[in-house]
Amino acid sequence: MGTFAAFFSRAIMQGTPLLFGAVGEIITEKSGNLNLGIPGIMYIGAISGVIGAFFYEQSDYYIPAIGVVIALLSCLLGSLLASLIYCFLTITLRANQNVTGLALTTFGVGFGNFFGGSLIKVTKSEVPYLSLAETGSAFSATTPLAGLGWFGKMFFSYGFMVYLAILLAVLASIFLNRTRAGLHLRAVGENPATADAAGINVTKHKYFATCAGGMIAGLGGLYFVMDYMGGIWANDGFGDRGWLAIAIVIFALWKPVLAIPASYLFGALYILFNYLSLPMSMIPIFQMLPYVVTILALLITSIRNNREKQPPAALGLSYFREDR
Amino acid sequence: MNKEEKAVNSEKKQRLQWIHITKRDNITFWQGILIRAIAILAALVLCAIITVIFTGANPISVYATMIKGAFGKGRLLVTIHSLAILLCISLAVTPAFRMRFWNIGAEGQALVGGLATAIVMYNFHDKLPAGALVPLMLVSALLAGAAWGIIPAIFKAQWRTNETLFTLMMNYVAIQLVKYFLKVADKTGSNTVGPSLLGDGIPNLFGVQYLFNIVVVAVLTGLLYIYLRYSKHGYEISVVGESENTARYVGINVKKVIVRTMILSGLLCGLTGFLIVGGAAHTISENSIGGQGFTAIMVSWLGKFNPLYMVLTALLLVFMGRGADEISTIFGLTKSFSDIMTGIILFFIIGCEFFIRYKIHINRRKKEEV
Repeated sequence: MGTFAAFFSRAIMQGTPLLFGAVGEIITEKSGNLNLGIPGIMYIGAISGVIGAFFYEQSDYYIPAIGVVIALLSCLLGSLLASLIYCFLTITLRANQNVTGLALTTFGVGFGNFFGGSLIKVTKSEVPYLSLAETGSAFSATTPLAGLGWFGKMFFSYGFMVYLAILLAVLASIFLNRTRAGLHLRAVGENPATADAAGINVTKHKYFATCAGGMIAGLGGLYFVMDYMGGIWANDGFGDRGWLAIAIVIFALWKPVLAIPASYLFGALYILFNYLSLPMSMIPIFQMLPYVVTILALLITSIRNNREKQPPAALGLSYFREDR
Repeated sequence: MNKEEKAVNSEKKQRLQWIHITKRDNITFWQGILIRAIAILAALVLCAIITVIFTGANPISVYATMIKGAFGKGRLLVTIHSLAILLCISLAVTPAFRMRFWNIGAEGQALVGGLATAIVMYNFHDKLPAGALVPLMLVSALLAGAAWGIIPAIFKAQWRTNETLFTLMMNYVAIQLVKYFLKVADKTGSNTVGPSLLGDGIPNLFGVQYLFNIVVVAVLTGLLYIYLRYSKHGYEISVVGESENTARYVGINVKKVIVRTMILSGLLCGLTGFLIVGGAAHTISENSIGGQGFTAIMVSWLGKFNPLYMVLTALLLVFMGRGADEISTIFGLTKSFSDIMTGIILFFIIGCEFFIRYKIHINRRKKEEV
């Protein structure tokens, strides 16, 4: 039971950044924007939070709770600004979404590594990473319930952001399916011309969804650095998780609630090789699993062609009212 | 204010919008160039300001450093080679993009091409003469790249499977395959396998390093231009890209065109892998392509999917990359500085397309009309 509980909790922790990213991308895609800049935004969100926490940790009166708030706020601000670049280019200037997204990812990963690397130089540390141990431990603080044996380990041994991710997924689902604003948003993603004719402000909804989605995704980057890594920033540490988050969107059929189990499943697949006694050479084959599973999910959904399980109809297209 | 009044008021606001946007019908060639030049200039100025903030150097010397880094003594050949490789992988994605098939898997397609090359080199470099080894490397790289390209194409043609995400995932499968090869080939657990195990690859042409790659890409650029512009295949690709329904109506077999074009795209990606692994690096690692498969998408798009323009866009990005690398080395910044610079340039060029495609009218109606 002990090993399984350890595996289970590692899978959840690996899955949480993916869940933030996937929920953010689902909200974005529901408005018809395929934001391939999410991997970059997650880097920007993470480094913004790190920068905020870094300067606050230098101050004389350090209070952990305020450190957490500062990290969260600067992360949200950084992700918002990055999302605005994408919004301005694709919505206002109607640029190609794929190209803009990829450019934003190039920029974002560079931005994260550049400022991360610069902060490491500022601290004149010997090691190639930056440690924000105090803020990190505040992020990963648990309740006493975590001590309840394997049960506590499986369900209560996480920092608050793990629960925040689940909460956001549920709220996103309620917002999209149960509120008028959510209905309007989906209408914009399915057919912007019709939505426009019905008096829905297409531009406003697209901006809102893309910015909100980007901010949620940015939190995933922050979680990874502050909680999962315990406050340690290493350049390129976040890896390709942003792309996996985009894959989960398909796997979860554009439903935020389904993204919860999907993310944890991907988290489990991501670390499975650690828990099997494999020869060294087989490890990469097992690391292939999340991607292969995504491909299979993509194939099955497209072959079955179920109308309920398709991407938003206008996904990836920019809208110009006077287009014919 | 009751509801009706509000509605009337908002209607008034709508009518008094001071900006009105329409699509441009035609833009002269020189106007287009001018708008793009302004955008690139603005981006360079912004980049200079950022560089000055981080380094404290004066802007002129920043640009002098960049130009020296890209075109200075002993750098020119490397820069031309970087240009050739980036151009090659950009040419590879272009046929698919003209068809509006969003192949973002060039990274993976090139990587399996490189992997196939490396496997042949690993097994035969000391058993076969160069005359037999090089063709074998080439053929296996082409086949591997084509295989990586054809799988998403078949599913796209048959079941309309989303190709953007499919090709993206294939990149990561390719990366893991390379890691697997590294583990099998090199028992020390190293992250790259180099010339000691792979041999020397393609012999130098006329004793000049990289010349083989540069010549191949130069020829390829011309051939692809002719293929896309003047051949029946090229025409079919354009029609499918404009409208699949039109294509079907005029009797083009859309599925066949999609699969055929993606095979071509994959073949050329495989060729890029062959050139990188066999003709330049003589090593293989998961970073052998180094993200150029993604940069290629932007090169191709910025060059309007025209192989000749793409030479210029690739040159711009290579110059920025190598120039920014030089700045970061000299001023002690981290290497990622060049990614930020490239990102900014791209944002400006992407944004300026708007002013090429649309015209902005400013309403000069004054207040007396209210």
